[in-house]
Amino acid sequence: MTTAIATPTLSGAPHSEHLAARLRWAVSDTLTMTKRNLLAVTRIPEALFFSAVQPIMFVLLFRYVFGGEINIPGTTYVNYLMPGIFVQTVAFGAVSTSIGLAEDLQKGLIERFRALPMTRSAVLTGRTTADLIRNVFVVIIMTVVGLAVGFRPTTGVVPYIAGVLLILLFAYALSWGFAVIGLSAPNSETAQVMSFPLLFPLTFISSAFVNVHTMPSWLQGFATYQPVSVTVSACRALMIGGATATWVIQSLLWTIGFLIVLIPLASWRYRTRT
Amino acid sequence: MPFAIEADTLIKTFKGKHEVRALDGVSFNVEEGRVFGLLGPNGSGKTTAVRVLTTILKPDGGSARVLGHDVVKKAGLVRSLIGLAGQYAAVDENLTGRENLQMVGNLNHLERTTVSGRATDLLAQFNLDDAGDRPLKTYSGGMRRRLDLAAALVARPTVLFLDEPTTGLDPQSRNDLWEVIENLVGEGTTVLLTTQYLEEADRLASILAVLDHGHVIAEGTPAELKADLGATVLEVGLSTTDDASRTARILDALGPHTAVVNGTVVEVTVDEGPTSAMAGLRSLDQEGIVPTAFTLREPSLDDVFLALTGRRTEDESEESHGPDQAPGNRALRQAAEAMPIATGELS
Repeated sequence: MTTAIATPTLSGAPHSEHLAARLRWAVSDTLTMTKRNLLAVTRIPEALFFSAVQPIMFVLLFRYVFGGEINIPGTTYVNYLMPGIFVQTVAFGAVSTSIGLAEDLQKGLIERFRALPMTRSAVLTGRTTADLIRNVFVVIIMTVVGLAVGFRPTTGVVPYIAGVLLILLFAYALSWGFAVIGLSAPNSETAQVMSFPLLFPLTFISSAFVNVHTMPSWLQGFATYQPVSVTVSACRALMIGGATATWVIQSLLWTIGFLIVLIPLASWRYRTRT
Repeated sequence: MPFAIEADTLIKTFKGKHEVRALDGVSFNVEEGRVFGLLGPNGSGKTTAVRVLTTILKPDGGSARVLGHDVVKKAGLVRSLIGLAGQYAAVDENLTGRENLQMVGNLNHLERTTVSGRATDLLAQFNLDDAGDRPLKTYSGGMRRRLDLAAALVARPTVLFLDEPTTGLDPQSRNDLWEVIENLVGEGTTVLLTTQYLEEADRLASILAVLDHGHVIAEGTPAELKADLGATVLEVGLSTTDDASRTARILDALGPHTAVVNGTVVEVTVDEGPTSAMAGLRSLDQEGIVPTAFTLREPSLDDVFLALTGRRTEDESEESHGPDQAPGNRALRQAAEAMPIATGELS
């Protein structure tokens, strides 16, 4: 009774075992999912707010409200602040990965994707790629805002771009972490609630806004070497000068470590989540 | 005739606080070009069966084939042959109707030029051409369901799975969707449909399996299932429980089924609807009993269950407070009663 039936469908190559073809579909599916996620950013007011308005508010807050009380030897506070704001912004932005995935699960979209002949991993690669592209725009906007409020990078264009690339790479690694959270949460609200206890210590107990030497000594170790701080320090060195290599290497090590651990973890969560 | 869908003693257990055996040896075969209805209350295993057959879930035991291909070993191939429309209208809120269809087309690996043509055709076919470029937030429940179904059809699947396609829809939208599904069947698509509504199964499916606690408890054509049941249900509302028990005795005489009293409502299944109704009314009149309501309706899933299992349907997700207070049960009955009244001309 298991006669295979000739089945004409519209699919040009419905199911191919060839590696090259599978790779081509993986790229195509990732692009389709990326486009879908980017369209959502332009259509959800909250997403636009978190991507663009909130970071600008942080810049203005620290630049004009808190900044007057913060003295950084050797540079202006706005120069010190901006690399920190860049990293904080992309870290906060990564929450949208967890919220988006939790929402797709909740609304049954993942069910539909699972019954389609698409590359399974494209749900995750499309989500993280969309985040990466959104972050490119965010960093450009933030650069313009920074320049408008007095941010003056001193090292030239090439190190500045290197700093931006370092931030984007770090943010990409974070997205995979927040993907794990999104795939573990029962709904999008919980995904958001689960994300913030992680984000707050990472972005605020850091060198992003203040010199860590002003913190109690027991906090300084964490505040100096945790991944956000290390990446901020590396960007600061690349953008406004200072010891570069040691921070850049440390930041890259965190990023690579995250990717090695989090990509398989997120993929496993995606496969096992029913 | 070859089978389009074969389920062979499927077993699926969900672990958790309470272990639930959602599928407990489910077997059935669906011939090509047929509409097969899986009928059952919430928690009976319908959705789990669909999720296994559409490769979303792996069964713990047993096997299943779609068009001869094993759903576990050849999952990728099966996915390129099937379409799935779910009860939760899985469409992307942030995209327009057209963008949703194009996304599904692209993920089905259709040619880009084919995709835009298919999207336009389907929007027209499902009466969504005006709304096609509007975001889904502006869509009504019925429009979402139609789009969901359209999305399932983008790649022209040979086998279509519809998981409670009309649950929660108003009668007008439900009727519209039924017409769409009937047209599909005319084109030769094999359809597996799950439903809680006997009327829906009766209208669309040529063969039915009734699912209960992960078992198939009955299988046959809608006519066969209803023949065991009595074709029509006569429901009489009274003003007092005393009148109700007197009425029950009178209606028992109509035979061959026994009348059931629920508070002040008496129900009896009868074979010849209009004739029995007239006889019943005459007897009540002679006894001086004045009913507050007198309804002739098709048997509901609830009635099928009562006949097959000796108990009413229960909603697994709710605490049951006795058979007639179960909320799911009440919802089912209300839904059944919202359907057009039977005329006694059932096949």
